[in-house]
Amino acid sequence: MSLENPSFNIAPYLAIIFKKLRDAVTDLLPIVVVIAFFQLIVLRQPLPQLGEVLFGALLVVMGLSLFVQGLEMGLFPIGEAMAQALARKGSLFWLLTFSFALGFATTVAEPALIAVAREAAEIASQGGLIASGEKAIRSYALGLRMSVAISVGLAILIGVLRIIRGWPIHYLIIGGYVLVMLMTIIAPEEIVGIAYDAGGVTTSTVTVPLVAALGVGLASIIKGRNPLVDGFGLIAFASLLPMIFVMGYGLLIFS
Amino acid sequence: MEFIGDFGMILLATIRDVLPIIALIAIFQLLVLRQPIPHLRRVLVGVVYVILGLALFLAGLDKALFPLGKIMAQQLSDPNFIYGHQVTEGEVQWWAYGWVYLFAAFIGFATTIAEPSLIAVAFKASEVSAGTISQWGLRITVAMGVALGISLGTFRIVTGTPLYLYILGGYLVVVVQTLYAPKSIIALAYDSGGVTTSTVTVPLVAALGLGLAEAVPGRNPALDGFGLIAFASLFPIITVMGYAQYNQWLAGRGKIVPSKEDS
Repeated sequence: MSLENPSFNIAPYLAIIFKKLRDAVTDLLPIVVVIAFFQLIVLRQPLPQLGEVLFGALLVVMGLSLFVQGLEMGLFPIGEAMAQALARKGSLFWLLTFSFALGFATTVAEPALIAVAREAAEIASQGGLIASGEKAIRSYALGLRMSVAISVGLAILIGVLRIIRGWPIHYLIIGGYVLVMLMTIIAPEEIVGIAYDAGGVTTSTVTVPLVAALGVGLASIIKGRNPLVDGFGLIAFASLLPMIFVMGYGLLIFS
Repeated sequence: MEFIGDFGMILLATIRDVLPIIALIAIFQLLVLRQPIPHLRRVLVGVVYVILGLALFLAGLDKALFPLGKIMAQQLSDPNFIYGHQVTEGEVQWWAYGWVYLFAAFIGFATTIAEPSLIAVAFKASEVSAGTISQWGLRITVAMGVALGISLGTFRIVTGTPLYLYILGGYLVVVVQTLYAPKSIIALAYDSGGVTTSTVTVPLVAALGLGLAEAVPGRNPALDGFGLIAFASLFPIITVMGYAQYNQWLAGRGKIVPSKEDS
């Protein structure tokens, strides 16, 4: 797929576009089947606004195929290029700074996180855990957001350090799980559900491909590392550490 | 014309999401690394595709699937649909919610298959394993984990049992599995827990959880509505390691079936 091809021929491009669209239709098909089945057979109701739904489905298919094409052209190469450039520079400080900043910057403004933090603050206020009033709610929500963003930054940092040093992932993850279990026992009940969910909302659709490319890129460059064994795991840290930090934040605030 | 406005808002939100990443990479390129990015033009076009694609994808979901999915989640958990009449807390029977569990499993499976971040990770996994881990194999295994997790999560909401019991139980299974699973799959399995819950799954699943907690008498949405996402990120770890172990076991028995995740 070289862009420098002098004899410009449109046929291969059309073939690629067609294949991407077909893949996207396949990806979307299960949702359509499930919704149609429950709507028509179980609930026995007609599909409302069929035109709108079909138009939406068309947008989803186009969007998904564009996204996948952009992934291969943009996000993966840039993640790998950054991994290579940073590894070649040979400065552990800059590599770790980049890792932390990547985790922090992509999380702190994440809309899903802002929504969850706000909701959590309102629940805590209703439950009498923090003072009621807009100011207290806002400062609690901000604190929650910051602890999640810092924890994701640290997670990517630890994950990258693991790839460089070649630490086996299971000790770190199991250790993290044990910590989560212990904290669940002592943390206030109101924060536990939110802490568990916080792990899930931190990994956005743009961050995941970039972080995966970074990890795999590093593991392929560093001698003695296997991209499959060592390259993955960054996302796992990014979903584990926020749980620990959010419960820790709850303990700090409520006690 | 209302749609163009909506799409504009979504596009702006997507750009705002991507902006910190672009800023970070630009700062590092200019100040720290001081070297050009290879194929810069192609990469930039790719980034534009990603932003446009994601915005179209989200706009489409907002228009077509989310409203319908949310209404269905409410209708299925409505006592009038389940019992034919309103019920009080004492009359709640967990086995009456069969359609809810089934819907949870199916919608969990279907949304995971369409999850763009899982597509990305499956692509990378297949690439670095030189094809021994197939993209569809991984995606279907993860989707089955999400289906199992969300279904169990709705069961928890209906019965009102404490969340931590399930999560800690699940962790215990993961820890034991980690000791026996092929080494090459472990990191990928842990990762697949985190990637399942983003663009497509979270809005639908969160609506299902909150709707169910509101509809089942005696449940508190604030306490019981959360936690479904935690289920959806835990159970794929179990199924991915389980599938690898199953393959290993098949290979170990000397069957002709080759192991997919050779350790």
